[in-house]
This record gives sequence, structure tokens and C-alpha cells, in this order.
Amino acid sequence: MLALRRQVGTNLCMRSIMIRPALRTVPMMFTQVRNVSYERLNAEQVQDKLVSQRKNRPLSPELAIYKPQITWILSGLHRLTGIALGGTFYIWMLAYAAGLPVSTTALAGAFGALPVVVKIAAKFILATPFTFHAFNGVRHLIWDMVKLVNNKGVITSGQVVLGLTVVSSAILAFL
Amino acid sequence: MFKSVIQRAGPISIRRMATAAVEKQALVKTFQIYRWNPDTPEVKPTLQEYKVDINQCGPMILDAILKIKNEQDATLTFRRSCREGICGSCAMNINGTNTLACLCRIDRDVSKDTKIYPLPHMYIVRDLVPDLTLFYKQYKSIEPWLQRKDVPADGRENLQTIEDRHKLDGLYECILCACCSTSCPSYWWNQQEYLGPAVLMQAFRWMIDSRDEAGDKRRSFLENGMSLYRCHTIMNCSRTCPKGLNPGQAIANIKKSMAF
Repeated sequence: MLALRRQVGTNLCMRSIMIRPALRTVPMMFTQVRNVSYERLNAEQVQDKLVSQRKNRPLSPELAIYKPQITWILSGLHRLTGIALGGTFYIWMLAYAAGLPVSTTALAGAFGALPVVVKIAAKFILATPFTFHAFNGVRHLIWDMVKLVNNKGVITSGQVVLGLTVVSSAILAFL
Repeated sequence: MFKSVIQRAGPISIRRMATAAVEKQALVKTFQIYRWNPDTPEVKPTLQEYKVDINQCGPMILDAILKIKNEQDATLTFRRSCREGICGSCAMNINGTNTLACLCRIDRDVSKDTKIYPLPHMYIVRDLVPDLTLFYKQYKSIEPWLQRKDVPADGRENLQTIEDRHKLDGLYECILCACCSTSCPSYWWNQQEYLGPAVLMQAFRWMIDSRDEAGDKRRSFLENGMSLYRCHTIMNCSRTCPKGLNPGQAIANIKKSMAF
């Protein structure tokens, strides 16, 4: 029994934060001996220690370590394509309003002079964000009716959207 | 007693009865575990490597980290309690997704390391222990208890039909482990205002309880840009829930009930 007692004997100290004074009544024969140092703190010091620790706490990593899954990758793409499409539209509109030579006729003229391969590639690259955002938007409307809001529905509808995006972008590229 | 019987029977007869013990070869798996110590805050969080013979270890991740704590490094800190997926203490990010360490099997492919991080985008108290103070405060804010204007007529219980009771299935089982909330990118970026999937699912649990009469109050509490509508149906929540629940659908139901 004696060996199980704390070396500190009758001068039982409380652990810095976790143990409150109420625990002093626990019979000492049941407490473990640990090779750690204890410090005696009153309630105020405990609070100060907690506040000082909270100031230093790091944030655990999220984007860098979370497993890439169709759920949040497609959600991120929906937002990015939305920003890209909307941004292009507004910048174009402002440029036109500012009197820069960005009219449709000027654009069509410049585009017509390009080689065929470049034309198809450019059309595909421009069409993909648009088609993806449109189809994924429909997916969001379906979810708003509380349909397909489960793991299987989300994964399958995501794959369908990706498939439709590729096919429709290819069609648009060859028009 | 059994031991003494064996001793009396003598070594030869034991040999005949014994099944030849199969010597299992050591299968050493590497675990990379997030470490941070509040006593040395200037040292940045790191991944520390531990090697465990998984043939000498229980099948779950929790068994492995308990073995590490017992045999290799007593300073490794994490929460655990029930070891059977009902308390929600050992929620952590294992191989990139949030789950309970006690319900997650160790991948026996030793060519790949298993990476263990605390729940994402949370303030870390130490190692794998996140500060869940805000999470619990948010839960408290939705007033998760039965609210009625009157007491039951017989003075005993508030009765409910079997059909109404079925509406609570898939909602009341939540153990508030915070796996879903901390898997949600919206919750990562807007934790201070957005309530997160776990808390919103509990809000819905009380909204559709036929015995609760505070539905309008509960809905008007969520009627702002942040508390509920930061949910963009990303659905990481339902994908990661270790109890197989569907918080995403609960949130969609709240949105629908507020719109129509």
C-alpha cells in the first residue's frame, strides 16, 4: 500500500488544470504514482493558465489533409466555375461600357482567323465550366426538394453531372 | 484452479491436447500521428511516427493508439471512453476522413502509413484533443429539449403515435461526436456563426417531434444568413458520419420547411 501512495505524502497537490479541490477527498491509496511534476494552483491561476493556453492553440489542418471526395470537390468546382463565369460576364460588360473593342463582331472576327484545332480546344475549355455549372445547378434544385440527399444519390448524381459535362462540352466544341 | 489441473496432468498429456500455436509473423504498420504540446507552444505541430506490430494488437485504430500510449509513448494524448462507438469521444481524422477510432479498422496493408490527425479546423488542446467548447455552446443554443405550453393530462407522459415516433429514427441516434461538423468546409470557414450539421440535425429532431410545440420559435431562430443557410449541400457530413446518419438530409428538410 505504501508504495502506491504518492511520494508527496500528505502534501497532496492538485494537477494544474484538470483536478478541482473537491477531489482532495479521494483516498490517496488509490492514486497512481506518476513521474510528472505537479504545481499547486488556485482557481484564479487555473483560469489564467487556461486563457494563456487558449491564446496559443493551433488550428488543426483541414483542406490539406481531408480526403478528396466527389462531395466537396464538386461543390468547390461549382463555386469556382460560378465565380469564373460571373466574373467574365461582369468584366466583359464593364470593358464594353468603357468603349474597349470587345464587341461580338470583333470577337468572332478574331476567332475565325484561328486554326481549327485551337478553335475546338478553346471552345471546349470555355464550354466546360458553363455546362458543369448548369448541370450541377440542376442537381442543387433537386436537392432543394429533398431528393437525392443521401450518400448514394450524391455520388451517383455527381458522376452523372460529370458525364453530361464532358459530353455536352464536346458537342459544343465541335459545333 | 484450471492451472492446477493442468499442472497435475503433467507436461506430456498437455502436449497431446494442445493445438499447435501458430507463430504469427510480425506485421509492422507505421502510424503517423499529429502531435502538439501546449507546454512548448513555440514548437509547431508535427507528425510523429510510431511502429506497431498489428498481429499483436486489436483490430481497431483505437487499439493501436492505446497500444502506443501503453508501450511506447505515454505522452500521446487523445480522448476515449466506451471503445464501442456510443460515446463519441475518440472522433478524429483517420486517413483523411473523420471517424471514430474505435469503429475504424486498421488497414492491414503495411505498405501504406496510416495518418491520424485531430478533427479538422479546430483549436487543439493537445495532440488529438480538439477544443469542443464552441460546438457544445452551439448545441445549447438550439435549446435541445422538449418545449410545451401545457403538462400532459394524466400528469405522466406526453404520448405520441408510433408513426410520429418513427420520424425521430435516424435523428435521435446522434452521439454528438462532431465528425460531421468538422468535415464541413462551411463549418471550417464560418464556425463562429454557422451552426454545423450535427447541431442542425438536432434542431430538426426537435422541430419534427410531434410532442414539441416550439417549432415556429426554432425555425425563426435559424431565419438568418448564417445559422442555417451556410449549408451548401456539400454533403461531407453524411459521407463521414460514423453512425451512418444523414445530417445533410435533415438540413435540407429544415430549409424546405422554412421555405414552404
